[in-house]
Amino acid sequence: MAYPTNYRYTREHEWIEASGKTASVGITDHAQDSLGDIVFVELPKVGDKVEKGKVFGSVESVKAVSDLYSPATGTVTAINEELTTAPEKINADAHAAWIMKIELADPGEVDSLLTAQDYEVYVKEETGH
Amino acid sequence: MVDFGGWDMPVEYSGLIAEHMAVRTGVGVFDVSHMGDIQLRGPGSLAAVQHISMNDASRLQVGQAQYSAMLYPEGTFVDDIIVHKLSDNDYLFVINAGTREKDYNWVRSQAHAFGCHVSDYSDYYTQLAIQGPRAQETLQKLTNADLAAVKFYWFTWGTVCGLENTLIARTGYTGEDGFEIYIPSDEATSERVWNEVMEAGKEFGILPCGLGARNTLRLEAALSLYGHEISDSINVFEAGLDRFCKLEKGPFLGSEALTKVQAAGGPERKLVGLEVVERGIARDGYRVLDLSGNAIGYVTSGSPAPFLKKKIALAYVPRAFVEPGTEVAVEIRNNPVKVQVVPLPFYKKPKRASSQS
Repeated sequence: MAYPTNYRYTREHEWIEASGKTASVGITDHAQDSLGDIVFVELPKVGDKVEKGKVFGSVESVKAVSDLYSPATGTVTAINEELTTAPEKINADAHAAWIMKIELADPGEVDSLLTAQDYEVYVKEETGH
Repeated sequence: MVDFGGWDMPVEYSGLIAEHMAVRTGVGVFDVSHMGDIQLRGPGSLAAVQHISMNDASRLQVGQAQYSAMLYPEGTFVDDIIVHKLSDNDYLFVINAGTREKDYNWVRSQAHAFGCHVSDYSDYYTQLAIQGPRAQETLQKLTNADLAAVKFYWFTWGTVCGLENTLIARTGYTGEDGFEIYIPSDEATSERVWNEVMEAGKEFGILPCGLGARNTLRLEAALSLYGHEISDSINVFEAGLDRFCKLEKGPFLGSEALTKVQAAGGPERKLVGLEVVERGIARDGYRVLDLSGNAIGYVTSGSPAPFLKKKIALAYVPRAFVEPGTEVAVEIRNNPVKVQVVPLPFYKKPKRASSQS
């Protein structure tokens, strides 16, 4: 699956789509593929402060549980409630299934993250294929 | 792919939940060639089998198999095994991959006093497990053997995919009806049979199943996994496998220690089933706490159960906590999460019209 070029990516396999001061955050297709069938998503609460590189929730598959790291610092403005009853939406289309929306403290912060191309190279190096 | 006892094996093919559900509702096929095969032959073979395994092999008829285990003198596990009586003076042990070399050395060292010949045939066979309520219909298309006549934990010989004298056993590790077949291990033959099984099961929605589904299926059925529920530091009574341990058959490896455990009123800790009531999944190695927060035991296996749609786990806890309904907690990522002791197995296959013993 292609990684959208208008998103930025983390080495912890989250994506962020920023537009001005607001941004959506999810996990990458590679992340959902490694986890397998996702059965639970632990969401933050609206109003929570999230910090770049810090845990804001978790995703759990049949096989394993994995922390979610925020790609940027900001305040949670919305959470994707649909994922509490249908976490498999992430498996179906990870790049469309956003987990939270945040108001960015510093929109410039996003520029330091990996581009789609960087991320693809990173995944190849990490998995060896 | 993961390295599993030296074997490259897929954790999943199309997806763990789909594979799990295929076995519960239709049919799935597993390549379980990593399982080892040890044969004991000769006039002393029954005596040897009786000495090194805890079930009573003298009750077996030719064509019958039994779940059993090899024990250390302490009553703890070398490995759990399936013993097949191929003929008088000829027994086949099917053993685990991770313990193969240890098992073979153990059998050789313990059996040599009995006048029997021990052979490791693990590399000669590809073992395929065809499991699920539609397993019989699937496999019947490929063999002349009358599968309906083979009862649970019995086996027969037949032509499978043109291969004569193939061992076909009604056994498995899924808690479901199914068969395990033992075919020559050369790649071309293995691949051909695999493809023919897939084709035969197509109309029943057959899926190839990986290690992930194998684990969740056996966990729903509360079947033990070496290194988790059973090990060299866990004894038979702790693991709740009493019904496969026949102390009355006479002395065998481990029987003396187990008799003492029994005389002392049973084990201090026991394996129980847990169901997570609140949010979270209790995973292998997590601590079990009492309601005051004291550590009392640990989880041996835990996962969401795809068919039961519950979050289940197996755990060792002290005797005072084994009653179904007892509330304890599991420490899940630093939070105590409430769980309830539930009866085992979590899943039991529905009784079917074609009755099996």
